[in-house]
Amino acid sequence: MTEKPLTKNIRPGRAPLSLKEYEAVGGYLGLRRALKEMSPKDVQKVVTDSNLRGRGGAGFQTGQKWSFVPVGEDAPRPKYLICNADEMEPGTFKDRLLMEGNPHQLLEGMIISSYAIQADVSYIFLRWAYKVAAARLERAIAEAYENNYLGKNIVGSGYSLEMYIHTSAGRYICGEETALLNALEGKRATPRSKPPFPQVCGLWGKPTVVNNVETLSNISHIVSNGPDWFKGLSVSPDSGTKIYGASGRVKRPGLWELPMGVTMRELLEEHAGGMRDGFRLRSVIPGGASTEFLAEEHLDVKMDYASVQKAGSRLGTGTMIVIDDKTCPIGAIHNLEVFFARESCGWCTPCREGLRWAEQILLAIENGEGEPEDTGILEEQCRRLVPGNTFCALAPGAVEPLQSGLKIFREDFERHIREKRCPWK
Amino acid sequence: MPTDEERRQIDEELKKAAFKQGACVDALKIVQRHRGWVSDELRGVAAMLDMTPDELDGVATFYSLIFRRPVGKHVILVCDSISCWIMGYEPVREHLKRRLGIGLGETTTDGQFTVLPISCLGACDHAPAMMVDDELYLDLTDERIDEILEKYR
Ligand SMILES: Cc1cc2nc3c(=O)[nH]c(=O)nc-3n(C[C@H](O)[C@H](O)[C@H](O)COP(=O)(O)O)c2cc1C
Ligand code: SF4
Ligand code: FES
Repeated sequence: MTEKPLTKNIRPGRAPLSLKEYEAVGGYLGLRRALKEMSPKDVQKVVTDSNLRGRGGAGFQTGQKWSFVPVGEDAPRPKYLICNADEMEPGTFKDRLLMEGNPHQLLEGMIISSYAIQADVSYIFLRWAYKVAAARLERAIAEAYENNYLGKNIVGSGYSLEMYIHTSAGRYICGEETALLNALEGKRATPRSKPPFPQVCGLWGKPTVVNNVETLSNISHIVSNGPDWFKGLSVSPDSGTKIYGASGRVKRPGLWELPMGVTMRELLEEHAGGMRDGFRLRSVIPGGASTEFLAEEHLDVKMDYASVQKAGSRLGTGTMIVIDDKTCPIGAIHNLEVFFARESCGWCTPCREGLRWAEQILLAIENGEGEPEDTGILEEQCRRLVPGNTFCALAPGAVEPLQSGLKIFREDFERHIREKRCPWK
Repeated sequence: MPTDEERRQIDEELKKAAFKQGACVDALKIVQRHRGWVSDELRGVAAMLDMTPDELDGVATFYSLIFRRPVGKHVILVCDSISCWIMGYEPVREHLKRRLGIGLGETTTDGQFTVLPISCLGACDHAPAMMVDDELYLDLTDERIDEILEKYR
């Protein structure tokens, strides 16, 4: 049996573990060990040695991210740790499971991580739609305060931490970490320029770390069981388990915690149960809407950071969107670009204007009004909307499915334009 | 001007905020909870937050779920993102619109329902999905839509 540290205490369809129940299965032991027996530097070292990479999409080394935070007597205060629970990338629903299923696991990870950077205040930045998660997290935080896992002098360690939930009010850009900081400060949630990086100058100008829900949910297990155990969980150079998911016309859409690096084929055929009767697999978006399409020939790619990148896409959030043969790929790409154009924050012109333009061209092609030069214009937009030309990563992410789609579905683009209709309609 | 009750609730949020402006999304939500939407009467709220009315309006108009125009008693948010599109949200949404006799962004004449599009609700394994107020509904079909509407009539 493979170990499933993140989900083993999640009871589908039932209330999550209360604090007492969570303690009974070993919960908060990692916190006690970290706060009472380890220095903040020790905790950072364990996490660095575990090679945990951020599960929010970019895959940045978590220990390394923390190491940029100023420490010591003259470090600026207060410092902040923020859990990014905005989860608005279409096709992604993994953080919801972790928050609804085991809120104390997230809290314990957040408290240990806050200790590691000596944060004074922590926030959970939660998307508005996650009402069940909000209620369960509120309750868990109240329990944690009652039992002195939060507040002053936590379990007699001398370390103190406050925790708050901020519930957002929509907009995908709020998940981008610097836009998130502006959102928390009560400003329009447009991104900030980097540098300075948040670890040095973040929330209200103070040192701040932003980590994803799944990243933080791993921390207590790493501290309790050690870096070697964490590395041993995976079947690839990237350590740990991963919450993978699939949606679309598969037999059993859902989420599965599996060793990091299982193949896309295993995920789709064994766990998602293969395609629904009457449908064939055509393509997969491996890690949420802002990752490149992969073709059927890539099914044996391992779902880890390096392997997916080598195949020409990104692991992203690890939740796959499956495109079947009865779904028009142009319509699918158009749907994705409608999302990105709508969610563009409007701060910089290439993204605000370029994505809307691309979306309009795609709509015309889908409606049988495309012109032969349209694919060239779309390619041109993909070349322009790259990092460096746009203020943040939203626009470069938005063109990932577009530029890969233009290659993989070339025939379909040309047929729409030649026949002046959508062959799927 | 905010009512006494709105003021009291905004003051509660201000206690938690390091800087007053940090409570502005919460303040807007409080006003919206009481009135259904946020009108141009922002001045009093802005003053509580040490913001100008224009600054507060800039934030209010940024968010898709702060309503700056009146909405119905129940707001129906239908996901139109990729997984719901693949699983056929379009015919289901058409059925909903037909049943209510309104288009997107419109409110029924009896003031009961407003229908709005929304980006991915994080329920992609049970697409198509929608929310009515705070309640999430999954695996939608025409029949499910009829049942759900009955609950709110
Ligand atoms: C447009 C955009 C939206 C994002 N949305 C999220 C999100 O909802 N959740 C998340 O964890 N990271 C999101 N990210 C990534 C964050 O900026 C950041 O890299 C991440 O929270 C870091 O956490 P990690 O190091 O634990 O992965 C987004 C990035 C961009 C550019
Ligand atoms: S790339 Fe798009 S989302 Fe990012 S700052 Fe520019 S307009 Fe805003
Ligand atoms: S795409 Fe509709 S819930 Fe995710």
